[in-house]
Amino acid sequence: MASIDIQNVKKAYGHVQVLHDIDLKIKDGEFVVLVGPSGCGKSTLLRMIAGLEGVTAGEMRIDGKRVNELHPKDRDIAMVFQSYALYPHMNVAANMSYSLKLRKAAKEKITAAVAGAASKLGLEALLDRRPRALSGGQRQRVAMGRAIVRQPKAFLFDEPLSNLDARLREQMRAEIKKMHGELKATSIYVTHDQIEAMTLADRIVAMHGGVVQQVGAPLELYDRPANMFVAGFIGSPGMNFLEATYAGGSVTLADRTVVTLPGALALDDGAKVTVGIRPEHVVLAAEGEGMAATVDLVEPTGFGIILHLSLHGLAFKVFTTDRAALSAGPTVHVAFPSTQIHVFDSSGVRANPLAPQA
Amino acid sequence: MSMTADAHARRQDRRPWQKRLADASEPYLYSAPALILIIVVMLVPLVVGISYAFRDIQLLNPFSGGFIGLEHFETLSKDKAFYTALKNTLWWTGASVFLQFVFGLILALLLDKPFMGRGIVQALVFLPWAVPSFLGGLNWAWLFNPVIGPLPHWLYGLGLMSQPGNILSDPQYAMWGPIIANVWWGIPFFAITLLAALQSIPRDLYEAASIDGASWFQRFWSITLPFLAPTIAITVLLRTVWVSNFADLIVVMTGGGPADRTQIVASYIFTQAFKALDFGYASAIALVLLVLLLAYSLLIILLRQTLLNKG
Amino acid sequence: MKTSLLPTVAHRLALLAYVIFALFPLFWLLKVSVTPNSLLYSEGVRMWPSQTTWEHYAFVLQHSAFPTFFKNSLIVSGSTAVIVTICASLSGYALSRFHFRAKYWIVALMLLTQMFPLVMLVAPIFKILTPLGLTNSLTGLIVVYTAFNVPFATFLMQSFFDAIPKDLEEAAIIDGATKFMAFREIILPLTLPGIAATLGFVFTAAWSELLFALMLINGNNAATFPVGLLTFVSKFSVDFGQMMAAGILALIPAALFFLLIQRYLVQGLTAGAVKG
Repeated sequence: MASIDIQNVKKAYGHVQVLHDIDLKIKDGEFVVLVGPSGCGKSTLLRMIAGLEGVTAGEMRIDGKRVNELHPKDRDIAMVFQSYALYPHMNVAANMSYSLKLRKAAKEKITAAVAGAASKLGLEALLDRRPRALSGGQRQRVAMGRAIVRQPKAFLFDEPLSNLDARLREQMRAEIKKMHGELKATSIYVTHDQIEAMTLADRIVAMHGGVVQQVGAPLELYDRPANMFVAGFIGSPGMNFLEATYAGGSVTLADRTVVTLPGALALDDGAKVTVGIRPEHVVLAAEGEGMAATVDLVEPTGFGIILHLSLHGLAFKVFTTDRAALSAGPTVHVAFPSTQIHVFDSSGVRANPLAPQA
Repeated sequence: MSMTADAHARRQDRRPWQKRLADASEPYLYSAPALILIIVVMLVPLVVGISYAFRDIQLLNPFSGGFIGLEHFETLSKDKAFYTALKNTLWWTGASVFLQFVFGLILALLLDKPFMGRGIVQALVFLPWAVPSFLGGLNWAWLFNPVIGPLPHWLYGLGLMSQPGNILSDPQYAMWGPIIANVWWGIPFFAITLLAALQSIPRDLYEAASIDGASWFQRFWSITLPFLAPTIAITVLLRTVWVSNFADLIVVMTGGGPADRTQIVASYIFTQAFKALDFGYASAIALVLLVLLLAYSLLIILLRQTLLNKG
Repeated sequence: MKTSLLPTVAHRLALLAYVIFALFPLFWLLKVSVTPNSLLYSEGVRMWPSQTTWEHYAFVLQHSAFPTFFKNSLIVSGSTAVIVTICASLSGYALSRFHFRAKYWIVALMLLTQMFPLVMLVAPIFKILTPLGLTNSLTGLIVVYTAFNVPFATFLMQSFFDAIPKDLEEAAIIDGATKFMAFREIILPLTLPGIAATLGFVFTAAWSELLFALMLINGNNAATFPVGLLTFVSKFSVDFGQMMAAGILALIPAALFFLLIQRYLVQGLTAGAVKG
C-alpha cells in the first residue's frame, strides 16, 4: 500500500487548461473520493495518477517516488473502469490473472490469488465464463476481482457503479466499503454521485472547473461547505439560496425578514450576501410566523415529502418527514433556524466560520 | 494565461529527449510500411505519369521523350473521339451508378427485415461482387451472344428484337451491355454499405413513428432516408469516381466498339496507351480525367458541407 | 402484431428475383461448361443439357497452362492479402488510436489514390520496376497489388479498431502490458473478424486484377489466371465449353473466400467505415 502525493499538478491540452494547481496528499490506506459534475477534471486527475494521461506541470509521487515519467505498467496501480473493460476473448479466470501472468508470477501463486479473489466476490462458479455471458453486476465484480488479485499499491475507481441499476449500485457500494475495510488499500474513487461520495469516502475532494473546491470528511462538506458550489452540490435535494444583505450579525432577506445569526461575521455592514439553507433544515411554521410561500408541487418520496415552493417568486424546496405536509394548503409558512444558516459573500465563499462552532 | 501555461509545460516536461522522440514517432512507425508502399508505387509513378502528359512518349519510337509543353492538350481539344468518350463516360457512369444505387437500396431494405434463411440469401445476392470483373464481363458478353447465350432469344421472343442478334454489336444499344453487367456486379457494393447503415438506425425511432401513426412510406421518408443520407452521399461519390475510372468491363466486352459507341474516357486511355502505344497522349487524357473527377468530388463535398451547415 | 400475407409474399418474391438475377449468369457459365460440344448449338437455350460432360474441365486441367496460372494467382493473391493485412493493421491502428500532425495528410493521400485512373501508372511503374528486375515476376505483381490495396484496407481496419473501446487497451497497460503487448494480446485477437474481412477482400481484388497483370507479365510462366483466361479466350474463341470451364475454375477460390468473409464485411462497415 502506498501514499500518493500530488503537488501543484496542472493539465493542459494545447491551450486549454483543464486542471489548475491541484494539491492533494492521500495517506496510506485512505479512501478518497473525487466528486464533481461532468467535465470538472476528476477523471482526468485519476487518469493522470494511473499514468494514462501525462502531467503537464507539477509533481506526482507514489510512496514518495516521483512517477511523472513512469509508464502506467510500472506504477503498480489497479484501476476499475466505468465500462469494466473486461477482455472479451478471455474467460473470467484469465481476465483476473492477466496482470499476474504479465508479471511472470508462479502458476500456483496465480491460481491461489484468483481463487482468493473469486471467493471474496462470489465468482467461483463463473471462472470459466466469458464476459459476454455475465450480467452487469457480475461483470462489475470481475472488474473488481481483476484489481484485487494484484495486491497493488493503490486502487483507482473511475465511476465504477454508474452502469448498474439503483439496487445493484447500492449493494456494490456497500461491498466496496466492506472490502476497503478488509484490505485497507489506498483507494481513489471518482464519481458524480454525491451519495456515493458521502457513503464511501474517508475524505471527499469536491472539484469544479478543474479546481479543487474543498477537501474534507463527508460530514464536514455537508455541515460547512467552503463555497456555494460545494453547498449546492452536496446534499439532495440541493441547498436553497436566497439573496440577502448583511449588517451587524444578522441578515436581511428580500422581504425584510431579519434572521439573527449566532455570531458576528467578518463582513462589512451592508454587504450583499447569499444565504443558504438545506431543505431538511427549513421549519414549517404556523400561520403568522416566518415567511409565506405558495406551494407549487408536493412530492412524496416515501421516507419524507419534498415541497416545491415559490418564495418571493424564487424556487424553494423543503424536505420534511411530517406526513401532514401532504395536505399542505395553497400557502405555507417557513422559518429558518439561525444555526442552520450558511452565509456566502459576494464571491460565493463561505462567510461563517469553517471550524465547527463549539 | 494559456500561453504561459504552455511554455511552463514545456519546461516542466522532464522526459528524456529519446523517450519523447520515441513517443512522438510511434504513429509514424506504425504507418511507415503502408506509406512507403503508397509513395513508391503510387505517388512517385503518379508524378512521373503527370510529367508524361507534357512529353512525347511513344513506346516504339526511340527518338521520343522530349518535352513538348501543352501540345497533347491542344491535340486533345480538337480530338472528336475524346469528346465522344466524355459524353459516353457521363452516360455510362450516370446510368450505372443510378441503377446500382436504386437496386442496391431496394435490396438493402429487403434484407433489413429478419426472415428465415437471411444469411444464405444475403451471401447469394452478394456473390456477384466476388466475381472477378473481367470474368463478369466475359460472362455477360457470352450471355448476349446469340450463338451461346439465351438473352437474344428471350428478347426476340418478347418481340423486343426483330431477330436474335447481339446488342453488343448494335451501335444504338451496345452501351447497355456493359451497363447491365456493371449493375449486376455493383449492386452488392451499395447493398452492403446501405445495409450496414440501415442496421445502425435505432429501432425505437420506427416504433415511435408507428405509434405516432406514420405509414411505411412516411417512416421511410422521414427516418430512413435522413439517416442514410450521409452514407448515400459518400458511397455515391466514391462510386461515381470509381465507375468513371472503371474500364475492365468495356475493354473485355466491346473494346470500345462498335464505332466508338461504347468508348469511355478510361477505355480510351487504355486504347491510346496499349493499342497506339502513345503513353504521352494517354497520360494527358488521364490528367484531364483526374482534374474533372477532383473537381466533381470537391463540388460534392462543398455541397454536403453547406447542407450540413444549414441543417 | 397482425401480419398480412401479401407484403410477406411480395417481400419473398422480390428477394427471389434478386437471387435469380445474381446467380443466373453464373448458372449459365456452369451449364455451358458441362454441355458436350455436340449439343452446344442444338440445345443453346435449354436450361440444362440432356447430357453432361466433364471433358472441358479435363482438357483445361490437362492440356493447358491453367494449373500454372492457378498456382501463380494463388501465390500472388495469397501473398498480397497477407502483406496488405499486416501493413493495413499497423496503419489502421495508427489512424484509429493516435492524434498526430501528419494524420490528415495521410488520409488525404490515401483518398487521392482512390481517385485517379490507375492506367496512368502503368508506364511509370513499368519504367521503375524494369531495372529492379521486377517485371515479368510474381514479386513485382505482389508489390504493385500490395500498394494498390493498402489504402482501402487501411480504412477498413481503422473502422474495426475504432469499434474496440480504448478502455481495453488502457486496462491492459495498467495490468502491466507494454503498448505493443496490449496491441498483440488484446486488440489483435479482437480484430480477427476485421482481419478475416480484409484478407478476403484483398485476396478477391488481387485475384481479379487484369490490367497490371497484363502489362507487367510476358509469357505463360508468370501469368495469372485473368491473363491466362483472356489469352485463352482470344486464342480459342470458338471453344465456349472450355472457356467457361476455365471461368468456373477461376471463380471458385474468389467465391469461396467471399462466402466465408461477407458476414464480417457488413459488420466492419456497420462499425463506421462509411460514416465519412
